[in-house]
Amino acid sequence: MTSPKAYSPEVLLNIYRTALKIRSVDSGVRGLIRSGNLMLAMHPPTGQEIIAACMGECLEQTDYLVTIYRGLHDQIAKGMPVKKIVAEYHGRVTGACKGKGGPMHITHRESGVMVTTGVVGSGMPIATGLGWASQLKGDNRVTVTCFGDGATNIGAFHEAMNLAAVWKLPVVFLCQNNQYAECTTYEDATASKTIAERALAYGENMVGVSVDGNDPESMFNAMRKAVDRARAGKGPTLLEAKTFRLSGHYFGDPSPYIPKEQMAEAFANDPIVKVREQVINSGIATADELDAIVTQFEKEFEEAVEFAKNSPFPELSEVTTDMYGVA
Amino acid sequence: MSDPKMITFTQAYTQALDEAMAADPTVVLLGEDIGDKEGGGVFKVTAGLTQKYGAERVRTTPISEQAIIGAAIGASLAGMRPVAEIMFMNFITVAMDQVVNHAAKLRFMSGGQTPVPITIRTRTGAGTGNGGQHSDMLEAWFAHVPGMKVVIPSSPADAVGLLRACIEDDDPCLFIEDGVTRIVKGEAPPANHKIPLGKAHVEREGSDVTVISYGRPMQDIRKIAAALAEEGISVEVIDLRTISPLDTDTIVNSVKKTGRAVVAHEAVRSFGVGAEVVARIQEFAFDSLKSPVLRVASKDATVPFARTLELEFLYKGSDIEAAIRKTLEEK
Ligand SMILES: Cc1ncc(C[n+]2csc(CCOP(=O)(O)OP(=O)(O)O)c2C)c(N)n1
Ligand SMILES: [Mg+2]
Repeated sequence: MTSPKAYSPEVLLNIYRTALKIRSVDSGVRGLIRSGNLMLAMHPPTGQEIIAACMGECLEQTDYLVTIYRGLHDQIAKGMPVKKIVAEYHGRVTGACKGKGGPMHITHRESGVMVTTGVVGSGMPIATGLGWASQLKGDNRVTVTCFGDGATNIGAFHEAMNLAAVWKLPVVFLCQNNQYAECTTYEDATASKTIAERALAYGENMVGVSVDGNDPESMFNAMRKAVDRARAGKGPTLLEAKTFRLSGHYFGDPSPYIPKEQMAEAFANDPIVKVREQVINSGIATADELDAIVTQFEKEFEEAVEFAKNSPFPELSEVTTDMYGVA
Repeated sequence: MSDPKMITFTQAYTQALDEAMAADPTVVLLGEDIGDKEGGGVFKVTAGLTQKYGAERVRTTPISEQAIIGAAIGASLAGMRPVAEIMFMNFITVAMDQVVNHAAKLRFMSGGQTPVPITIRTRTGAGTGNGGQHSDMLEAWFAHVPGMKVVIPSSPADAVGLLRACIEDDDPCLFIEDGVTRIVKGEAPPANHKIPLGKAHVEREGSDVTVISYGRPMQDIRKIAAALAEEGISVEVIDLRTISPLDTDTIVNSVKKTGRAVVAHEAVRSFGVGAEVVARIQEFAFDSLKSPVLRVASKDATVPFARTLELEFLYKGSDIEAAIRKTLEEK
């Protein structure tokens, strides 16, 4: 196991570096859409970077991830090469899924990115199966399944949580509670005060924890505990990471349903800005060093776009290949 | 005469819901994000209806498709006429049990005591770059469940009339809206326009070949039939409007007259509505056939993301034209 055990300034810097990488790809892609250079239904992870970065910091390359359409941050944090994502967004054959999946359906086995689903809630039952396989094989892997607050209102959530608890599966249910499900507020759709308290219904094998997902220390510690618990065979955790979606549901959604003051406050608390101060105050890196990291990621993104644009589209025959192994 | 008023498909759906709610206080709407507070639905079909009819009758739900369809069924048993919105057709799969085992069957299994007068509105179609889980045309699945009615409009005026009919119908109706043509305009119908379910529409009369279709391909077929007429090829065009129950008579009578037929749909080719139409033609008009009945459809594959592949996946207008010409090769 190579992932760090205890929170430290080095860990903080690692987390922040991953968050910066995510933000650079996220804003880079949004820029391409805005300028008309890319046609894409994109669900930006803006504002949720710290959660994913902490997750990545606690996982091994061999661990599994199941995520959702809003999953760019999770995929990058799990170690996916940016150019594989960007090429997929461009519908090129060099993309993670040969251009056939698209932004809502990213898979990259090498990095453990097993499924990205566009159907709300559907990843959780699949995650229990990945966890079950690890249990059967004794391969010591942990599965993390990411989903939103809204997804906890779908039947699949209950079924997967219960199964994971009765079978004591090595799964972390990472709920990124960004307070909105498309245009509907948390309160208008969810009866419980927190998501974490829903864990109570699944007995002592399941632990429910709620943390500020935008605070690296709390998020890292909670994630570390949940992953260690899963790996030790002690059972699943429902980890609720509170955050805010610093964008519309999809890029281009003007989100008139979000009160202006709420949006303004959220922007004032942008974790990329807040955590930068923390990093600098900790003495682990200077402002100049952080700026250099940003410049480096921006350059890498540009290179990924060049790579994508210079890659061919898939052959038209790809429409019917991959439907069956042997037809 | 002044120009006729033109409306989009989206405006047509809204008009039908508005008129139905005004006419019948038991008509209630439920679905994700449909209230005005949430912006009136992701596709704005229900925009303004909360203001007009109140939040009691226009209910935004959690993301809970099973509960949406189940609640619609329950409310219908107790005297309401719910119209449930399922944002994308693929998400109905999450609620298949409620649709297939309950909505479609409760009337029969109760010996007629509990009809289920619900309407499920949903939207789908490939061509929007949304990939494999937001684009499927699954109409054949539901048509294969006796008890369900399945409806797809091909013009804004038909959209108004058919949706009104679905809501007034005493059985569960699935009303399918095309995502690609939603801003296409057509002539607005008069107020309270209703079109009977279960009746196909002979949109254009012809004598050489019958083209049977519904939904989006109708846009292509109208143009193709007009162009072929210039060449002296006379195409009869039938818009099914209701997929199930299927209007066998209209199809069969037309093919008996023309002796040739092409069926076109956007859904994938195999095991689809096209196969059912072809089967009925050969059962009831075999002796009149001058050439094999041809199907035009999208490829048997998952809807791909890359634009180039998505276009390759989809049926094409040129395929329909080629099929028409092919049926005419045999004299
Ligand atoms: C089964 C299903 N129902 C509805 C949708 C449409 N939809 C896509 S995202 C979304 C909101 C999800 O909210 P949440 O789970 O909080 O995740 P977030 O988008 O906020 O990250 C909805 C309703 C869907 N994709 N799948
Ligand atoms: Mg959310």
